[in-house]
Amino acid sequence: MTGWLDALIQGVLLGGLYALFAAGLSLMFGVMRLVNLAHGDLIVLAAFAILVVAGKLGLDPFVAVLVTIPILFIIGFALQRLLLNRTLGHDLLSPLLVTFGLSIIIQNVLLETFSADSQRLRSGAIETASIPLGGGIAVGVVPLLTLMSAIAVILLLNLIFYRTPIGRAFRATSDDLEVAQLMGIDINRIFATAMGLSFVVITIAALYLGLRANFDPSIGPARLLYAFEAVIIGGLGSFWGTLAGGIVLGLAQTIGARIDPEWQILAGHLAFLVVLAIRPRGLFPRAQD
Amino acid sequence: MPLLETRKLTAFYGDFQALYGIDTMLDRSETIAIIGANGAGKSTFLKTIAGLIRGQADSVMLDGMPIGSLPAADIVKLGIALVPEGRRLFPSLTVEENLLIGGHGRKMSGAWTLDRVYSLFPILKERRRSATPTLSGGQQQMAAIGRALMSNPRVLLCDEISLGLAPIIIADIYAALQQVKAEGTSIVLVEQDIVQAMKAADRVYCFQEGRLSLAGRPKDLTRDQIHRAYFGS
Repeated sequence: MTGWLDALIQGVLLGGLYALFAAGLSLMFGVMRLVNLAHGDLIVLAAFAILVVAGKLGLDPFVAVLVTIPILFIIGFALQRLLLNRTLGHDLLSPLLVTFGLSIIIQNVLLETFSADSQRLRSGAIETASIPLGGGIAVGVVPLLTLMSAIAVILLLNLIFYRTPIGRAFRATSDDLEVAQLMGIDINRIFATAMGLSFVVITIAALYLGLRANFDPSIGPARLLYAFEAVIIGGLGSFWGTLAGGIVLGLAQTIGARIDPEWQILAGHLAFLVVLAIRPRGLFPRAQD
Repeated sequence: MPLLETRKLTAFYGDFQALYGIDTMLDRSETIAIIGANGAGKSTFLKTIAGLIRGQADSVMLDGMPIGSLPAADIVKLGIALVPEGRRLFPSLTVEENLLIGGHGRKMSGAWTLDRVYSLFPILKERRRSATPTLSGGQQQMAAIGRALMSNPRVLLCDEISLGLAPIIIADIYAALQQVKAEGTSIVLVEQDIVQAMKAADRVYCFQEGRLSLAGRPKDLTRDQIHRAYFGS
């Protein structure tokens, strides 16, 4: 019994990580209908960025991430402004092709620069610290922080989207691109800002990716897959849905692993297929469109 | 100098030419109406002024300044707001948010605030927290006009604001436009309803297949002239 309860708790915590992977993707799709195939590689890129900042400045990753966030915001803003904006609006294929190409470029540049060696973000004792819950169950501090960060990120994104003028502009642009321009909204700038914000979320996801496990330049595409599954399970356009989607995916994986360790990844994909079959629009789809 | 002037205005959708050399002018505090059959280019005319379709810089002059090649987001900041055909409110924003977004990045000073819009259309205040798809057609049209007013326009472009509405609601909306005009705002109406257009406008222009076929004051135009300008002869 303890084993199953443990699997449930660990599954929810793992779901926090997947929700962080997915939140940035959800934001990009929500504002500009951009399907970003380089999302996973961007998370890995951000993890290397934190690694470099932490190494060069001798900082703890939790501090290094604060330095990395503004840098990645600027990179995201520039990437959208200079490259991705040019791909939007014509058809669905061009952003897919461009971000697919970007994915390959990022993987190879990282491989060239950092080699294929596994890396890790080191933060001392906190990495292995855990809080005993009694009954032989303990939760790791880092997984707990991951889930709490995911909740904080989603709260903050909701606050930005539903309580600020820029969030209003995000939603209006997502609703009707043409009329948004009639309101004086510079859509290129709105898209770039959304991408910058998405890169902030990516950087936070990268912190926990690097603290929880090893990473190397090749692991991006699998993170993209988990992020996609979480977004689709949760329903497009809802941040809380994305959190729920991450948790469903995390639970499915830990429960699958509990049955047989080989089933971990497969169980996640199966849960995704089941949700897709039963509720094709996800668990918490947005009311319109 | 007129407030707004179009000079040999042309517009294209790809290879298809929708407007051929349209010359019009609009004075301060004046209302003009554009009438014409479906496909005559009336909506295209408004979209071109609003910057959704871009053309030659000097084909649209605002206060003597060429604005024909500017993007829509810049045009609205210069004081030209479009109430688009079909209202096109933002469905995921509440009524109040729709009004607030109308004032996004506004550069023009002027009288329009949330409170002023609510006193013009009191029903919107009652419905301010509602999602716009739950509004009636008339309420949606009021919200769309209010949203455009929030940018403090010098020129308000109205595309088919009476379409699909009950006559009593249309009367309310046109009465509100009179108040808007009294604030010193100039209005360009695109109207299917000729009677309504003649009543509200100081001058009318009739379009036929992308060309100007008639212009004049409503009282100077005969029924026959309008009929010919509308359908060709």
